[in-house]
Amino acid sequence: MANNDPPDGFLVTEKLEKRFDETLAVDDVSLSIGRGEIFALLGSSGCGKSTLLRMLAGFEKPTAGRVLLGGQDIAQFPPYDRPMNMMFQSYALFPHLDIWENVAFGLKREGLPRAEIKQRVGEMLDLVQLGPFAKRKPHQLSGGQQQRVALARSLAKRPKLLLLDEPLGALDKKLREQTQFELVNIIESVEVTCVMVTHDQEEAMTMANRIAVMSKGRVLQVGSPEEVYEHPANRFVADFIGNVNLFEGRLSVDEADRCAATTGIGEIHVGHGVSGTLNMRMAVAVRPEKIQIGKSRPAVDKNLFTGKVREIAYFGSYNTFIVGVSDGSQIRITESNTSRHGQSGITWGDDVFFWWEDDAGIVLRD
Amino acid sequence: MAKFSLPMPGRRFVIGVPYAWLVLFFLLPFLILLYISFVDMGNDIHPFKPIWDTETGVLKLKYENYWSIFRRSEDDALFDTIYIEAYLRSIWYALCTALLCLVIGYPFSYFIARSKASLRPALLMMVMLPFWTSFLLRVYAWKGILADQGIVNQALMWLGITNEPIFLLYTNVSMLVGMTYVYLPFMILPLYATLVKMDFRLLEAAYDLGASPFKAFWLVTVPLSRSGIIAGFMLVFIPSVGEFVIPSLLGGPENIMIGRVVWDEMFTSNNWPRATALAVIMIAFIVVPLAIYYHSTGESADNRK
Repeated sequence: MANNDPPDGFLVTEKLEKRFDETLAVDDVSLSIGRGEIFALLGSSGCGKSTLLRMLAGFEKPTAGRVLLGGQDIAQFPPYDRPMNMMFQSYALFPHLDIWENVAFGLKREGLPRAEIKQRVGEMLDLVQLGPFAKRKPHQLSGGQQQRVALARSLAKRPKLLLLDEPLGALDKKLREQTQFELVNIIESVEVTCVMVTHDQEEAMTMANRIAVMSKGRVLQVGSPEEVYEHPANRFVADFIGNVNLFEGRLSVDEADRCAATTGIGEIHVGHGVSGTLNMRMAVAVRPEKIQIGKSRPAVDKNLFTGKVREIAYFGSYNTFIVGVSDGSQIRITESNTSRHGQSGITWGDDVFFWWEDDAGIVLRD
Repeated sequence: MAKFSLPMPGRRFVIGVPYAWLVLFFLLPFLILLYISFVDMGNDIHPFKPIWDTETGVLKLKYENYWSIFRRSEDDALFDTIYIEAYLRSIWYALCTALLCLVIGYPFSYFIARSKASLRPALLMMVMLPFWTSFLLRVYAWKGILADQGIVNQALMWLGITNEPIFLLYTNVSMLVGMTYVYLPFMILPLYATLVKMDFRLLEAAYDLGASPFKAFWLVTVPLSRSGIIAGFMLVFIPSVGEFVIPSLLGGPENIMIGRVVWDEMFTSNNWPRATALAVIMIAFIVVPLAIYYHSTGESADNRK
């Protein structure tokens, strides 16, 4: 599934902008998405990801910018003339038509011969394993089945581009995890390029080849799930994807392959260089699972701090410690539960040491 | 799972009240109507005779009241009487009225259903506003509008479209205008009720799948508003069939509707039995489409969530 080939620009947005009265819902978005890619637009509600998707589908006209699909500018095309199909958030299945008719709807609009429609609908229903349900009405199916009908309907016309609007948003958690992989398998088996919108970072991370993190109408970072997680471009992305400890401070050492910052808890060393000026404001981000915790002093000298355990949360597969430090800030540390009983023996109120490798921290400038 | 329920006597009472109402004010009058339709004509004091012979006490049903509606007395020709003609004419004009109301009312309802939620109560109020004026006044107002010297003709002449007044009043046109105008709200309200519930994202889904706006309307909006269309159609059609006031105020003298025929039989010929027979047949005409309507709504209710 890992696909880090340079995108060939199958779908390109150029300085795309959408303004509703005074608010800029989508602001100067330029993306390039490769053929066969599963691309996620990730952001909280109101970040403009849905508006962006609706512009791709043709439901909204961009105020400025271009949308190129295979080199052709489609920004002014009405939705029914675009070679792409969308799977709607609430599925938008036609309640008055049965499953077979729902899937056949798009094919009938193309005016395909009856026999071919029959064959293609049959293929689609087999693909999503709903063949026996062809004569049911949408409301007679479960949420997961409805979701598969919606997928079959949006794939039936063999679109060049598949748009997914919160594809798993209406399912409950257990079903969602199961469906994620199923959905990706189906999408990859038909080799369709796919743009999905989601507010759920886990969904984006498991399903997408690349993620665009959006906030306030702008794209803040585009990258593979790993890049976005391990090398967030700024504070917002670091904070939005997963949990993070942010240490605000000033640059104190600036060398080619390492740097350090003076922060509230002391000097933090980072294993990569920044091209900045000494004493500039910056932050160091450290993921909670990259911090180690122990009651006895370890044999390290850098990035070693002390604190007092304020809270412990047991999550089954891992523990989270909230450690209070001298400057009043609270550090989040997670430790996976590899043995049956809490091996560290750390409990509330313990004085602890915590430390991390110097390549665990990431310098964030904005 | 304790379910709240009224104690039995209370429940019987609550259910009983509407039934009692229907029996007292619908079933009983209808039975009286049915009774009169099977008896002989009476005189000025007693407009109908009892159903049994006063001397022998033998029950005798006078089917002739019904027969005479379908059979011409002069030559026994079937289905060629002024009554049948009046029925067919009434049904025809009621159909026209219902269709006109549908054609005018649908865009109206669609517009209200798609307007901003804050605007809708005001727009609905405007649909119902005419009810605040007397029905008769409104029909009379149309006389003023459609008369030879009325606003419409004056405007047409001023615009130079015509030199002399067009004869509008007391024609089928003026009658249909009046009926459509009066019954339009009965079409708009049920249509609005179904359209406002429709999920307009379904239209986007249809566009997305390649349907033009017209196709999407025809394949999604219309089928989904079917129950509203049928309800509105029935609400306009049924009272239009028996409409008496509008045809007599706005309609032409040559087009006698069934409502007028019943009135004439009742008050001019003093033939109550025939008048009631005419009414019973009219009710039968109306019950059939109603039964179809209830059948279809029952069906669509099954198909919905």
